[in-house]
Amino acid sequence: MRELSLNVLDIAENSFKAKAKTVEVSIIQSGNVLTISIKDDGVGMDEEFLKRVVDPFTTTRTTRKVGMGIPLFKMVAEQSGGTFDITSEVGVGTTVTATFMIDNVDRPPLGDIADTIVSMIGNLGDSELIFNFQAFGESFTLDTNEVKRELENIPINTPEILVFLRDMINENIKTNCRGVSL
Amino acid sequence: MKSIADIKAIKEKMQSEIIMRDNKDSDEIRVVVGMATCGISAGARPVYNTLVDEVLKRNLTNVKISRTGCLGMCKLEPIVEVYAPNQEKVTYCHVNPEKAVNIVVNHLVNGNVCTDYLVGTEE
Repeated sequence: MRELSLNVLDIAENSFKAKAKTVEVSIIQSGNVLTISIKDDGVGMDEEFLKRVVDPFTTTRTTRKVGMGIPLFKMVAEQSGGTFDITSEVGVGTTVTATFMIDNVDRPPLGDIADTIVSMIGNLGDSELIFNFQAFGESFTLDTNEVKRELENIPINTPEILVFLRDMINENIKTNCRGVSL
Repeated sequence: MKSIADIKAIKEKMQSEIIMRDNKDSDEIRVVVGMATCGISAGARPVYNTLVDEVLKRNLTNVKISRTGCLGMCKLEPIVEVYAPNQEKVTYCHVNPEKAVNIVVNHLVNGNVCTDYLVGTEE
C-alpha cells in the first residue's frame, strides 16, 4: 500500500462485511501525530478471534487462508513510530485505531482520501458512513445520512453524486490543511 | 466551497432522468472492480474512480459500477469484470486508469471487447 488512505479503504471493507449499520472513519492530525480510526457497529469478534486477527494467516474467508489487511495496517503504523490497537465485542462492533508520527520517514503519505471515501460510498448498500477529518484545528464531517436525506429517491452511488462528493471532500480538506498535504 | 446544500440543485436536475433510467433495466451493464486487499494495493481505487468519471462524462445511464472482493487471481489485479446483457462475462486484468478509459469507450459504448486486456491474453 502506497498511501494510508488505501489501508483505510481496505480496513473499512471489513466493517461493511461485518454487517455494520454505521461505519465511522476519522482522521485526526494533532501536532506530529496522525490518528486514523475506523469504528463500526457490526457483528464484532470474540476474544479468541481478536487475538489472532493481526496474524496474516487469519481470515473469515473460506476459500483461502490468508488475510493481509489488518497485518499490513499494523505494520505500517509501527514502522512509522506509531501504535496499533483493535478492540471488539460480539454484537457491539469493532474499532481499529492506528497512530502515525507525521515526520517519520517511513510513514506513507495519507494520499487521496476523497477517492477512498467515494469508493466506499459507491458500495454502501443500506449502511451509513460518517467521515470526520480534523487538521490544523479545523474539522470537516460528511455524514451519508444527511446526504441521503437530501437526495430522497436518488441513489447515493450515481456517478453525478459520487463526483460531486469527491470534489466537496477535496475542497474542504484542502482548505483545512492550508495547502499542506499530510 | 461546495456543501451538502448544493445537492438540491443536482437532485432537481436528475429527477427527470431517473424515471428514464428505471425503464431501461433490461440493457443494464454491470461493471465490477475487485477491491480486496490485493486489488487495492495493485491500484484498483484509481481504476474505480476513473470508471465513475468516464461513465458520468459519457452519460452512460445504463452502466452500474460496483465492487467485489478477492477473485483468487491476486497477481492479475486490478481486475474488472463486465456483465452485459446477452453477452458472456468479460474479465479484464492488470487494469489501470488508461485501460479503464479504453474499456468504457470500446466495450461499454461501442460493444467491442478490448481483447488485449483479457485474462488469457495478458497472461
